[in-house]
Amino acid sequence: MSSAQVIDGAQPTGVPGAGPLLQVSHVSTEFPTPRGVVHAVNDVSFTLERGKTLGVVGESGSGKSVLSRTIMGLLPRSAQRSGEVVFEGRPIHDLDSAGYRSLWGTEMAMVFQDPMTALNPVMKVGRQITESLRYHLDMDKSEARETAVALLRAVRIPEAERRFNAYPHEMSGGMRQRVVIAVALACGPKLLFADEPTTALDVTVQAQILDLLAEQQRDRYMAMVLVTHDLGVVAGRADEIAVMYAGRIVEKAATKVLFREMRMPYTEALLNAIPKLGDPSHTRLAAIGGRPPDLVDPPKGCPFSPRCPYARERCHEERPELTPSESNPDHLYACFYPVGSPETEEIRVRIQAQRLIDSAPPEVREAAAEHPGGQG
Amino acid sequence: MAGSGTAHLRPADDVLLRVENLVVDFPAGRGRKVSAVSNISFDIAAGETLGLVGESGCGKSTTGKAIMQLPRPTRGEVVLEGTNLAGLSGEALRRTRPRLQMIFQDPISSLNPRRTVADIVEEPLKIWGIGTPEERRKKVEEVLTAVGIDPVAASERRPHEFSGGQCQRISIARAVITDPEVIICDEPVSALDVSVQAQILNLLEDMKERYGLTLVFVAHDLAVVKNVSDRVAVMYLGKMCEIGAPDDLYARPTHPYTAALLSAIPIPDPEVDVDAQHHVGGELPSPIDPPSGCRFRTRCPHAQDLCAQVEPQMQPVADSPGHYVACHFPLQAVEPVESAVGAPAAQ
Repeated sequence: MSSAQVIDGAQPTGVPGAGPLLQVSHVSTEFPTPRGVVHAVNDVSFTLERGKTLGVVGESGSGKSVLSRTIMGLLPRSAQRSGEVVFEGRPIHDLDSAGYRSLWGTEMAMVFQDPMTALNPVMKVGRQITESLRYHLDMDKSEARETAVALLRAVRIPEAERRFNAYPHEMSGGMRQRVVIAVALACGPKLLFADEPTTALDVTVQAQILDLLAEQQRDRYMAMVLVTHDLGVVAGRADEIAVMYAGRIVEKAATKVLFREMRMPYTEALLNAIPKLGDPSHTRLAAIGGRPPDLVDPPKGCPFSPRCPYARERCHEERPELTPSESNPDHLYACFYPVGSPETEEIRVRIQAQRLIDSAPPEVREAAAEHPGGQG
Repeated sequence: MAGSGTAHLRPADDVLLRVENLVVDFPAGRGRKVSAVSNISFDIAAGETLGLVGESGCGKSTTGKAIMQLPRPTRGEVVLEGTNLAGLSGEALRRTRPRLQMIFQDPISSLNPRRTVADIVEEPLKIWGIGTPEERRKKVEEVLTAVGIDPVAASERRPHEFSGGQCQRISIARAVITDPEVIICDEPVSALDVSVQAQILNLLEDMKERYGLTLVFVAHDLAVVKNVSDRVAVMYLGKMCEIGAPDDLYARPTHPYTAALLSAIPIPDPEVDVDAQHHVGGELPSPIDPPSGCRFRTRCPHAQDLCAQVEPQMQPVADSPGHYVACHFPLQAVEPVESAVGAPAAQ
């Protein structure tokens, strides 16, 4: 109900339905802590079109979850934020809590990682869905109930009528995540944030939930920000991928372009660290040494430079900006010596040779150690 | 799957650890019970890594703990070099503890937060009265260095000062310090980021080589299990479906459940069409009242009447040595087992 008023009251810069759904420009989020200020998100910009999926990938502490919470206005009061967020042509970064409440559910919604804690344990699941239908869409009780049962069916919960009256603890993790998705979809949001929606689930259930999200997204022409640490999850599901490291986007490109022509050494390292099903067993994994930087006191240069095999002096001194690739203006990366450049090729060949030696049987490794430099 | 049977076991002389007809029941209230592990058998040769995979609730962690006799299994044998651990008394069992060690999933909560790293890693030696204080200090330094922790900087610090990956390294140091023969690793990397996961998996391979370890590696991630294992056993609802060398088992999954698990893994390659993949539907049935016959039949695309009536037994997969499957309608040709042919009819 109130959403319509708020939208009318704002100054739309474009016709609804035209232009990008979401424009994020130079967004930063900081948290004061006893140790100092944590720079959780730093100068992040991106645009998301209607019906599209952006995959946000990064390790724990890369700022990927804080980014979606910043956009949705779900931060604690102590957080300091800056930058612009424009949703359907309307700036939303300076809304007050009532303004955000009018967006939640009807315009944007979130599916959380842990379906065990995202639901209210003492409220029947049906009521958790009808709550937002009655508040936002002003439905009466029986209409809300009908809609909720239809939603439970849409997310493929068997015996939806009966499950309407179940409590969360009576359901499995996968079923609970379906309920969380039904709650998020209830008021027909145009944008869905899915924050590690399958991390707490088994692999077979993960596939079911990702299929379900994709199907609902298609049916509703909804945009999605899919936050995950697993490049495998976004590979088949996102139109575009943003890789985050130390609170910044360090590479962004269309999914196929990113996998085919990755330029940022961190993206390459992240992909190489995943054990591949196609590799024979006991293949030596390409671990990334060290650990992510402390966001209270980030390094002066490129944040990945202390762990980067290709890093040179300049990388430790100066931070590379996110710049478009020469061949593809939509492919952005933040690196002075990107993957594929002449400066990195030599090092890359050497690393690959070392990996081959490390995966070999002990006799071969000893022989290689006795004749060092043989592969150079 | 419901696979019972022991056709896949190797001669007793060739194996270090042998688990036979293991059953672990837990009370489920009102006189009911849950068979978390329901008659499974497997063996591990010295120096081998056995991967146990399956969804949550399949009994893989319970199996790992039952090997440690934590708690003692309801039935079945756990034979470590000719000694049946399940039959040992308290003190005799305690004597075997240094030979069997364990690494847990959550590296931070499995270390005592109030003690220093040096104390934590040294404790097993103190308990067993091994070495003089000076020798023990040297040994602690040696294993900490081996797991990639600087003993000088770390010894007097406490677990909260370390990241998850470093805590897992400390857990590994504590596990190897008694020179165990077998280490049970219960989801040791599932709480870690992929970059750190790769470090820990590489470290486990190094430790295995350096200390001559035999590992039982329990995990839900099939790619991780393939990377570290010499043999992989797939479990479902307390039963074993399939066991074999990882390269065979992953290239030619023979149990429909293994095939379903493999097809559900997200592949980090955008050229793979996820819509074309067939994903298994349904969820794990309740272990309190498991399906009759083959326990996977309720979710299996190939299930027929026979699957509801007769529990399949382990039988060898044709032309794939060491590869066994418990399925009436396997995806690859199997060789009949003498004992198994008559057995189903008798049930």
